[in-house]
This record gives sequence, structure tokens and C-alpha cells, in this order.
Amino acid sequence: MFDLYARRRLTNAIGLSISVVAMAFGLFWLCWILWTLLVHGLPAMTPAVFDKMTPPPGSSGGLFNAIYGSVMMTIGGTLIGTPIGIMAGTYLAEFGHRGWLAPITRFINDILLSAPSIVIGLFIYEVYVVHVKHFSGWAGTFALAIIVIPIVIRTTENMLRLVPSTLREAAAALGAPQWKIISFVTLRAARAGIITGVMLAIARISGETAPLLFTSLNNQFWNDNMNQPMANLPVVIFQFAMSPYEDWQKLAWAGALLITTSVLTLNILARVLFRQSTSTH
Amino acid sequence: MFLHEARLKRQTLFDSLFRNLTRLAALGVLLLLASILFSLVMGSMPAIHAFGFGFLASPDWDPVNDKFGALIPIIGTLVTSGIALLIAIPVSFGIALFLTELSPRALRRPLGVAIELLAGIPSIIYGMWGLFVFAPLFADHIEPWINDHIGTMPYVGPFFSGPPMGIGILTASIILAIMVIPFISSVMRDVFDVVPAMLKESAYGLGSTTWEVMMSIVLPYTKVGVAGGIMLGLGRALGETMAVTFVIGNAHELSKSLLNPGNSISSALANEFTEAVGDLYTSSLIELGLILFFITFVVLSIARYMLYKLGQREGKAS
Repeated sequence: MFDLYARRRLTNAIGLSISVVAMAFGLFWLCWILWTLLVHGLPAMTPAVFDKMTPPPGSSGGLFNAIYGSVMMTIGGTLIGTPIGIMAGTYLAEFGHRGWLAPITRFINDILLSAPSIVIGLFIYEVYVVHVKHFSGWAGTFALAIIVIPIVIRTTENMLRLVPSTLREAAAALGAPQWKIISFVTLRAARAGIITGVMLAIARISGETAPLLFTSLNNQFWNDNMNQPMANLPVVIFQFAMSPYEDWQKLAWAGALLITTSVLTLNILARVLFRQSTSTH
Repeated sequence: MFLHEARLKRQTLFDSLFRNLTRLAALGVLLLLASILFSLVMGSMPAIHAFGFGFLASPDWDPVNDKFGALIPIIGTLVTSGIALLIAIPVSFGIALFLTELSPRALRRPLGVAIELLAGIPSIIYGMWGLFVFAPLFADHIEPWINDHIGTMPYVGPFFSGPPMGIGILTASIILAIMVIPFISSVMRDVFDVVPAMLKESAYGLGSTTWEVMMSIVLPYTKVGVAGGIMLGLGRALGETMAVTFVIGNAHELSKSLLNPGNSISSALANEFTEAVGDLYTSSLIELGLILFFITFVVLSIARYMLYKLGQREGKAS
């Protein structure tokens, strides 16, 4: 009898300690990666990073054109993807109770949500780059927009579903037409959640490299024409990190620190914003 | 009275406009998937004509003579993702168990967020870290040990002996594992949370230990969802590009040893696509993309189906 209890307690203790070890294992990598970024990135963070262009091999320079390109393409992708995502998400939440379209769209959207981003790059290459015959900032923007859409659809739908239907009924009882109910009552009530989703989408695309490789490519020089190949942080980091030149590698670390800080800050901000807005309701 | 009717008419018109606009956006998503598939198929037509189904089974990759086959990248993708899951599943289970049952309430949220941040780090950062920090350490300290201890064992030995270069299939798998842990563990945590408290409390009331509650109540109740989460992680691992590209070594060779460099579909695309000359080369790479999309599509569909099934049961239970 005692044996059985001792054995069960032992199994329990072993299982639970393994769980604690697993948790520590997960945190360990996070700390190690962040630590590496700080150690290599901070010394490389000089003012030149923000006001000089990407240098030719073997000389020093900055990342200004890459930062500019990344910001432009991220903004563009968000501006194109967000309205489409919000509209489709609205359809799923407000009109998607019957019919065949909503369940299928929901399913396809969930798949697009985790589809390999490099395939998105291939797609834009096939339908856009091949036809205009050159890489361009616009192509990169379109690829990023396609990544934004499923994220925004998902959060919009989820957030609209959280809006109590009594709100809709109250508005309907006052005689408001449906388009007014949705755009002035439910979407407005779900605003904070939707903004969170958009922020998460921005965080996601600002670190995406794979879809930009075959769309925006890279540009060593200053370029503010979206119709030309455009430098962007992720691809510059990829190229510089893989190179044998020390100056380039240093810049890659600076860029890596820059991207990671902004992505993680956006992630944390989005969570804080969301929690505040839901706790005041 | 007439004025009123005109207004009503206008509002009804707006209503149907609004409804159809949003429906159009939803249709757009379907159209997007269809056009991705269509354009990939069109793009890979030259390669499909040239190699047929033999493309899937051929280990050739010879741009000079225009001979291409997908076997090596496909194997690389499947093997790295498989090993990544072997590492990630138990760790994710441990993390989910810790977050749902063991963690002090105050720490639960920050720790959960910390693990989710691991998913937020861009994959290129994992790649850089893997190449500059992890791979050298792995080559100096761990691979020699693997060679001496596991590499000499019968049966499994050949898989674990090779030059300690730090770069290779095993390194790529470990980094992939770290990257999918947050995805799997957050799904597991979410599905563990849907287990009715009454079920767990009944088991505790009968004298079960936490481990026993986990193994005989929570896991059986959520097994469909857990499997869905694992498939979701698998989908992520299969399509992951940048991190793998940095550390897999990009070698079109089929070798038994996991310590040797290899290639995966996504890293072949990332490395070679912009430099590919000739229609057949480009088209073969696009066909690789098509294969990757197909595999992830199937895996993710299964994942979603399983998660839906769990969701349905949850609906019935309450």
C-alpha cells in the first residue's frame, strides 16, 4: 500500500519537475537570443546607422535607405491589407450565420494565416514581377498586404463576436439601418481589439524576409520610388549577415536589434492596449 | 410620407451595398487562395512537362545540365520538421502544464507572454543567432560528443556521425524546434483551459495527483485539440524559411548523417530563386514552392479540422 503511494508521488514529482524544466528551457532561449542581440547590436548602433546609406563591401555606412524602405513597405502593406481584412472579418461576424461562403472563407483564412510566407513571395513574383519585368517596392508592399489580410480578418471577426448582441438590438430598435449599426455601433465597440490585431499584423510583417526576397529585392542606394527595387531591413540583414565582411556583419546586428526591438515593443503594446480596453468594458 | 419612403429605400440600398461589399472582401480571400494555387501551377508547368512525376523522386539538382528533382529538398523539409516536433512536443506539453496547473497566478500571464514573445521574434533573427552563436558552440562542444557517444552506437550510429561543422540538418531542426514551441504550447494551454473544472476537481477529490489528472483527465479530454496544435506547429515548421536557410548549409546532397549539411524546400527557394537563370530552373523552383504549399495546406487543414472538432465538443458539453 505504501509502495503504491510512494510510487505515485514520485511519478508526480518527476512529471512536475520536468514541466518546470521545460518552462525554464523555453525562457532560456528567449533570454539567450535577446542577450546576443544586445551584445552584438548595441556596439554597432551608431548615429551613422540612421543617416548613412548601405555601404559597398568593406566600408562603413548605415541603414537609412533600408529603414526607409521597410517603413514605406510596412505602411503600404498595412494600408492595403487592413480595409480588406476588416471588411471580410465584418462579413464573417455579422453576415456569416448561414450560407456556404462564411465557413469556407473562415477555413481558408485560417490556412492562409499560417501559410509559408515564401510562397506568398513566389505568388507575387508570378503575378506581378514577371509582368512588369522588374522587382519593385510595390511588389514587396503587395506581398506584405497579403500577409496582413488573414491576421486582420481573424481578429476583426473574433472582436466583433465579443460585442454583445443587445447593442445591435438596441440600435436596430431605434430604427438604424444595418450598415449604420455595424459601422457606427459594433465596429466602434470592437475598435480597440481590431487595432490590436492591426498592430500584431504590423509586428509580423516588419520582420518578414522571405516574401521580400523575390519582390522588392534590395537596393544599395537611396530610392524613394516605389516602382524600383527597394532596400529593406530584413533582406539587407540577410545579405549582410551571410557576407564575409565585418562592417556588413556589424550593420546586420544593428539592423537585427532594431527590428527585434520594434517588433517586440509592438507585440507588448498591443497586449497592454487590449487588456486595458477589455478591462474597462 | 413620400419623403419617408424614399429615405427608407435609400437606406435599404445602402444596406445591400454594404453587405455585398463585405461579401466581396470575403470572396476575395477565396479568390486569393485560388489564384495562388493557379499561378504556382502555371509557373511550374515547364518543369511538370519536362520531368513529370519523376520530379518528386529524383535526387538530381543540376542547373548546368538542366536536370532537376525535388527529392532532397522534400526529405530535408520533412526530416527537419519531424525532428523539430520530436523536441518541441514534450517541451510544449511541459510549458502548457506549467502554465495551467503549476504556475503561481501572478506569474501566469507574464510567463505566458514571454513564451509568446518567442514567437514574435522574426525568423531572420533566429537564423543570425543560429549561424553566429549557436552553430559554433554546437560544433565545438556538442557535436564531438554526439560523434563519440551516439555516433558509435549500432543502428542509430550512422545518423549521428559526421564532421562537426555546426551547420547541418540537426542544427536547423533544433532551431526550428525553438521556433515552434510557442505555437504548440499556446494552443495546448488554450485547450487545457477548456477542460471543465468539475472534471479535474472530481479527479483531485478522488485523490489523484496533478500528474495523474493531467495524464488521465486533461489529455484524454483534449487530445483532438492537442493533436491540432501539433499539426499547426508542423505547418509552421514546414514553411519556415529564413532561420533554416542560415543554418542548414544549402547542400544538394543526400546523406544519412544528420550532422551533414542538407537543404529544404524553403531554403532552396530563398537561396537560389533570384539567381536562377533559364526557364526550367525557375520553373523547377516554383514547382518546389507548389509542393511546399500543397504539403502545408494538407497539414494545416488537418490541424484546423481537429481544432474545430474539439470546439464542437466544447459547445455540446456546456
